[in-house]
Amino acid sequence: MALFNRTPRAPLEYSRTLWLRGWVTAVMVFLYAPLIVLMVFSFNDSKRNVVWRGFSTKYYVKAWNDSTLVEALVNSLTIAALATLFSLVLGTFAAIMLWRFRFPFKGAVDGVMSLPIIVPEICLGVAFLIFFAAIDWPSGLIWPFNLSAITIAHITFCFPFVTMVVRSRLASFNKEQEEAAKDLGASEWQAFRDVLLPHIRPALVAGALLAFTLSLDDFVITFFTAGPDTITFPVKVYSMVRFSVTPVVNAASTVLIILTVVLTALALKYQGVKSIAESH
Amino acid sequence: MAEQNWKENRSSFFASALGPLLWTLVFFIVPMGIVWAYSFGRNAGLTEIDLVGTLDNYKRATEWLYLSIFAKSFGVAAMVTLICLIVGFPVAMAITFASEKWRPWLLLGIMLPFWTNLLVRTYALMMLMGSQGYANKALGGLWGGASWLKTLIGLEPLPTWEPVQLLFNNFAVVFGLVYVHLPFMVLPLYSALDRLDRSLIEASLDLGAGHFRTIMKIVVPLAMPGIFAGVMITLIPALGAYLTPDLMGGTDSQMIANVIERQFKRANDWPFGAALSFMLIYAMFILIALQGLRKKPAETH
Repeated sequence: MALFNRTPRAPLEYSRTLWLRGWVTAVMVFLYAPLIVLMVFSFNDSKRNVVWRGFSTKYYVKAWNDSTLVEALVNSLTIAALATLFSLVLGTFAAIMLWRFRFPFKGAVDGVMSLPIIVPEICLGVAFLIFFAAIDWPSGLIWPFNLSAITIAHITFCFPFVTMVVRSRLASFNKEQEEAAKDLGASEWQAFRDVLLPHIRPALVAGALLAFTLSLDDFVITFFTAGPDTITFPVKVYSMVRFSVTPVVNAASTVLIILTVVLTALALKYQGVKSIAESH
Repeated sequence: MAEQNWKENRSSFFASALGPLLWTLVFFIVPMGIVWAYSFGRNAGLTEIDLVGTLDNYKRATEWLYLSIFAKSFGVAAMVTLICLIVGFPVAMAITFASEKWRPWLLLGIMLPFWTNLLVRTYALMMLMGSQGYANKALGGLWGGASWLKTLIGLEPLPTWEPVQLLFNNFAVVFGLVYVHLPFMVLPLYSALDRLDRSLIEASLDLGAGHFRTIMKIVVPLAMPGIFAGVMITLIPALGAYLTPDLMGGTDSQMIANVIERQFKRANDWPFGAALSFMLIYAMFILIALQGLRKKPAETH
């Protein structure tokens, strides 16, 4: 409809030029077509992924009955939830420390704390492999404690992202508000809980979403820290893709995509598309 | 607003600092330190490593074979970054100048794939690009169309379509990395373009420059910080990419991360793998330092 809009285009309305619209459409097709095809073919009634042979949900049943796949998914969600929780606490404290205080070697501390964002995943994965082999822990623990190594690794690379998001939100905080609260008799903790925390809440939501998806997404670091009995969803899908491409992988992937979309929708409902978009 | 000296409020400072500092020390600095120490070590037996302070691992890492893999990884990453920049810049422009109603949704459209599992996205792409996949069918259709057009104007038809090998080669690696990293590029470009003073573009247009010239001479230079941020944020993960070359590449598309993985999982040469890891980290540091050098003259203006 907008294509046939009669009002003349203003000079800066680049988004209304035809070639730019075509370009954006092409990029969106490029980004989404593979995912949509993958989801459609998870309902295909055929072993092979190439020809459509009718609608079926049998591969979802198959995926559901594959106990290692379900276990991997449960492991991944548990790790992601734990990593998100710890990352939020550590990340928020780190952000407050770096924003509020002046202390010796602050530049160095700031730099080292953001290093896990920059260091390549493969190097971090290798470091955790060596580290956990050297301290010979955790081994032989019961669920969910056998996931400790992976969870610890995930927290290490997730919490700097939370710090980054919270810190940029803190920059817009007026410190006089906190001082006013303290003048009116609030304790340090009350001022934090009732004044600072409400202000950074959008950043906490964005940070939590980021940490959860980063953890759920991670393959490389987990690949190096996972033992034979601690398989996560990406590691499991990886071995399935490597050895046998079946529509079961499509079904499992579709579940994960839908999970991502639902999480995003929840965050949007809670926070609005704009503030989520801007916090990145 | 001045920052508080930590001595003025020690209890609050320690309450906020203790957790993150301890965590970073124990679970980041110590593991990285062990890797660094191992890179000067030597294999002694199956599981033991002697920390003898040798430079042999680094000597081996700078052999031609490994240097050429480094160079190749860098070339692939640079190519991916360039393609992402060329594809992503117009998208960032479109988002910036979109109407209030559309902008958040376009942004979401770019960010949703960024949040979707990397492995799932890679697998989706592999499915399409297989020799029986839809990409091949579409190409075959185009080929058939071209052949039909040729017969229409009285020429010999083209030979029958042979499916091309789209997967398991260098092309697939570059294509897959572009697919994965495009959102990384668009978001910083958008945030730079969004801050741009639009009256400068209007002035340029009023003074008679065309749209293309305005973009090249006004928009691009002003968006330079965003372009550099986007380049770094794409180049660094692309340089250390493991999954895409592993799944989509052929035998000759090994990137440095795959070589590192092999030292730990198959070749069982941890000291050499540790040395390669640190070579990669040093390469990152050099890239970041280069970006830092670029920033300084800009700030003195």
